[in-house]
Amino acid sequence: MLKDKRRWTFLMTVVLASGIGWTFLSRIPATATNSSQQPASPRQGFTAPDFTLDLLGGGEITLSELRGKPVVVNLWASWCPPCRAEMPAIQKVYQDYQELGLVVLGVNTTNQDNEADAAAFVREYGLTFPIPLDRDGSVSARYQLRGLPTTFFIDRKGIIRSVVVGGPMSEAVIRSKVEGLLKETP
Amino acid sequence: MYPYLRLGPFLLQLPLLALLVGVWIGSALTEKEAARLKLPPAIVSNLIIVGLIAGVVGARLAYAARYLQAYLDNPLSLLALNVNTLAGFDGLLIGLVAGILYGQRKKLPLRPTLDALAPGLAAFMVALGVSHLLSGDAFGASADLPWSIYLWNEVRHPSQVYEILVALVILIIVYKRPLSQAGDGINFLMWVALSSAARIFLEAFRGDSLIWPGSFRAAQVVSLIILAITLYVMRIWARAQEAGVKHHEISEKGIL
Repeated sequence: MLKDKRRWTFLMTVVLASGIGWTFLSRIPATATNSSQQPASPRQGFTAPDFTLDLLGGGEITLSELRGKPVVVNLWASWCPPCRAEMPAIQKVYQDYQELGLVVLGVNTTNQDNEADAAAFVREYGLTFPIPLDRDGSVSARYQLRGLPTTFFIDRKGIIRSVVVGGPMSEAVIRSKVEGLLKETP
Repeated sequence: MYPYLRLGPFLLQLPLLALLVGVWIGSALTEKEAARLKLPPAIVSNLIIVGLIAGVVGARLAYAARYLQAYLDNPLSLLALNVNTLAGFDGLLIGLVAGILYGQRKKLPLRPTLDALAPGLAAFMVALGVSHLLSGDAFGASADLPWSIYLWNEVRHPSQVYEILVALVILIIVYKRPLSQAGDGINFLMWVALSSAARIFLEAFRGDSLIWPGSFRAAQVVSLIILAITLYVMRIWARAQEAGVKHHEISEKGIL
C-alpha cells in the first residue's frame, strides 16, 4: 500500500479527516473538567473532602472554612515510625511559611491510636499546628487512607494538588510542595 | 483500582510495579527484535537502560531545579524514593536525548533501531494502561452505561480498560509487522501512527482532559499533528526504501 502513492494519499486524507472530525465532535466546554466542579475525592485534581473534627486541646476545625489558604493535611499515628521521622520537617516548614498563610492540619488517626499517646507525641516534637482527632475513623475512610503517613497538599481553592502516600517525606519534598501552593495566586 | 499493597512494613505501589513489568517485557521484546534485525541486542538493551536512567535522574534534577534552595539545603532529598517529586515531561526529554546520544556514539543505524524498539514500546503502552487502571489515573468521563465503573465518586467510562484493549490490538499489529519486515523504520512509524490515532479516539472518553481554547482537548490536537507528520514521513521513508531496492537491483543487473 505504501508503494502506491494515490492509495496512500487517499488513506492519509481519510484518516486525518476522520481525526479532525472526531476531535471537533468531542470538544467539551472548558468548565466540564474544571476541578472545582469535580466531586470531592481524595485524589489530585479533585476537591478535598470536607470534614469537621475536634482538636487536641479543645475546639474544632472545618476544612472548608480554610478556603483561601494553602493547607497541608497530614494523617498520622504516634506508633508509626515514618510519621515520627517526618514530623520535625513538617513542623519546620510550618514555622517558616505560617506567616505567608500556610495551614497544617496534623490529623491524628485516633481510631487506631489514642489521645494520650497523641498528646505525648505532640509535646515530644513541639508541634504548634492544629491536631484534629479522627476518633471514629470517618476522615480516614473519606480520604481512603491506605498507609500512614499520608499527606495531602491542598490549594487555596480547596483542590488537592498532590498526594504523598507513605513516608517519611524529606524537608525538601515538603518545602517544594508548599512553595508550589504558595506561588499560586490568592 | 488498587494502588497499594501492604507487605508488612512496606507499601508496594502497584502502578509502579506494572510499569516496571512493562519495561521488563518491553526490553525482552526489543532485544528479540534487535536480534532479528541483526542489531547487537546488548547495545540496544543498554540504549534502553541509558534512556531510563537518564530520564529518571533528569526528572528528579529538573524538579529540584525548580525548588533549588530547598534541595541545596537538603541535597540528600534528591535520592528520595518519591515519584511525586519527578518532573515527568523534562525527564522524558532528557531520557530521549540521552538515548539518541548513546545510539549515535555506538553507531546504531537509526531506522532498524527504531523498528527494534517498536514492539517493546507497544508492550509498554499496555503496561501503562494497567498502571492507570491500578492507580485510577487517566480516568473516564461520567457515563451511565452497562459497562461503566464507579471511580472517584462517579460512574464513569472505563477509559483505562479501553486504553489496555486498544494498546493490546496495537501490540499485536506491531508484532505482526504488516507493512514492512525490513527494519526500514516503517514498523516504528506505524506504532506512532496507531498510538496517535488511538489517543485521538480514546481521549473523547476521558474525564481529565486538558482543554485548549476553542474547547479542544489538547491531547487530541497534539496527536493529530503527530499523526499527520508520521503518515507523511512513512511515505517518504517507504519511497526512499523503494528507490534503494531499485538501485540495488539495477546495480546487480549491471554486474551480471
